[in-house]
Amino acid sequence: MTDSRSLSPLDLETPDQTFLDANELVINMGPQHPATHGVLRVILRLDGEKVMGLECVIGYLHRGVEKIAENRTYTMFNPYVDRMDYVAAVSNALGYCEAVEKLLSVEAPPRAQYIRVILTELNRMASHQLWLGTHALDIGAITPLFYTFRDREEILKIFEKYCGARLTTHAFRIGGLQYEAYEGFEKDVKNFVSFVKPKIDEYEELLTTNRIWLERTKGVGVISGKDCIALGVTGPVLRASGVQWDLRKAQPYANYKNFDFEIPTGQNGDTYDRYVVRMAEMRQSLRIIEQAVEGIPEGPIMAKVPKVMKPPVGEVYHSIEAPKGELGYFIVSDGSTQPYRVRVRPPSFVNLQALELMCRGQLVADVIAVIGTLDIVLGEVDR
Amino acid sequence: MIAKLKRSYGSGIEPLMHLGQNYMVVDRSLIPEILQVLRDEEQFDYCVDITAVHYPKREKQFDVVWVLYSFAQNARVRVKTQIAEGESIASSVPLWATANWLEREVYDMFGIKFDGHPDLKRILLPDGWKGFPLRKDYGILQQDNEWVQINLGIESGQ
Repeated sequence: MTDSRSLSPLDLETPDQTFLDANELVINMGPQHPATHGVLRVILRLDGEKVMGLECVIGYLHRGVEKIAENRTYTMFNPYVDRMDYVAAVSNALGYCEAVEKLLSVEAPPRAQYIRVILTELNRMASHQLWLGTHALDIGAITPLFYTFRDREEILKIFEKYCGARLTTHAFRIGGLQYEAYEGFEKDVKNFVSFVKPKIDEYEELLTTNRIWLERTKGVGVISGKDCIALGVTGPVLRASGVQWDLRKAQPYANYKNFDFEIPTGQNGDTYDRYVVRMAEMRQSLRIIEQAVEGIPEGPIMAKVPKVMKPPVGEVYHSIEAPKGELGYFIVSDGSTQPYRVRVRPPSFVNLQALELMCRGQLVADVIAVIGTLDIVLGEVDR
Repeated sequence: MIAKLKRSYGSGIEPLMHLGQNYMVVDRSLIPEILQVLRDEEQFDYCVDITAVHYPKREKQFDVVWVLYSFAQNARVRVKTQIAEGESIASSVPLWATANWLEREVYDMFGIKFDGHPDLKRILLPDGWKGFPLRKDYGILQQDNEWVQINLGIESGQ
């Protein structure tokens, strides 16, 4: 049995040049590799331990989400978006629901907006916690994983109590929410905020001044703000390179303009700065949650949306700041009950393209660190 | 900005707005020039997305869509052009490095070729796959049976 897919790229790489009196070595990392966070395959060209170049082979998790969308109604497609970035399902749903709401020219009622923001920020927190645990594990620190998973559990419990699901929550509906906040929701969220605040300090105690952590992250996988923009890289990676840009501020959606928060940035664009930025973002998320939970207004949770949705002919591009970067939906309606075309602009897919630039000239062990720091989810890369 | 472009390019460019979002329909021949102007003179330095839409009943079957963003103006614009089956379009990799994978995905899903792309090959589907799944004439359960049988050693993936 020959697998044309696994052989063809390697055939191109014949070691005809020598570096440091050694042959160039082509090695294959993944698709089944614990540090690639899923089924990512990276073909590395090495000179000793130094990375001369690499190629990403993706698509192992391709499920044809965009094709499925064309064969489902707008409502039926809603749960599918949770399966892209499955560690931040709530963000995916927010982007999709808002895009369709724009097409229909409806707006979710204020109460729904507040609950949406709380759940989305909780999900950002959960996504960053999962990133921190696995990223630290990849580069040799086992302890943070137990800490972050312990605390992330509390977020998942809130999700479970709210809608019955922990990961692929399907929390939002087009036009608002399906479920009213359960009794004690506000108390649970407040308790969580006061519970997790000192925990973030705990994570930082483990890592921020840890000498091994500094050695493994400072100056590793450096990317400049200019290169980020050219490569379309967004999210914490862009901000760690000194570009203060966050869609929640730049083009506010939902009701983010009501909340007071900052956009943390770094200067060096290295793995350490991206760590610092994400830690600061967790704190900012808590700030937003605190304000939102105090101000949830009374009122309906669902706008007037027709049972059979037929958005008028037209197209819309709507994007949100997902935990990984700009998540965009480009939806074309032909006036029928099914979308004519849904294009998802996935942040992980675009950010992964920067891997080559960030790894060139680094050591092979740093490739693991850089994959971790990009915070990709293969479900979203491959869709 | 769009009015300025309209003055210099006349009928080759049609500025439109839908749901408060700016977009323009541009002649295929003007695309390289317009994209260059948008990046260099109008500061659309971030190429958000490149994608396509298939309209099989139209004479020019495909819409190719660029979503651009300008950090300086905090503004978005979409550029659209129509191309026929078999026609190709200039690659925008020289303008925005991010176009590399985005154009590969458009090629993978629609079979649209980009002239001057450094390495135009499939990205999500395997290299030997036949057919372009996001075309409207490609069924949702359709697959490349030959590829599945040879490479997976099974009769069908269904």
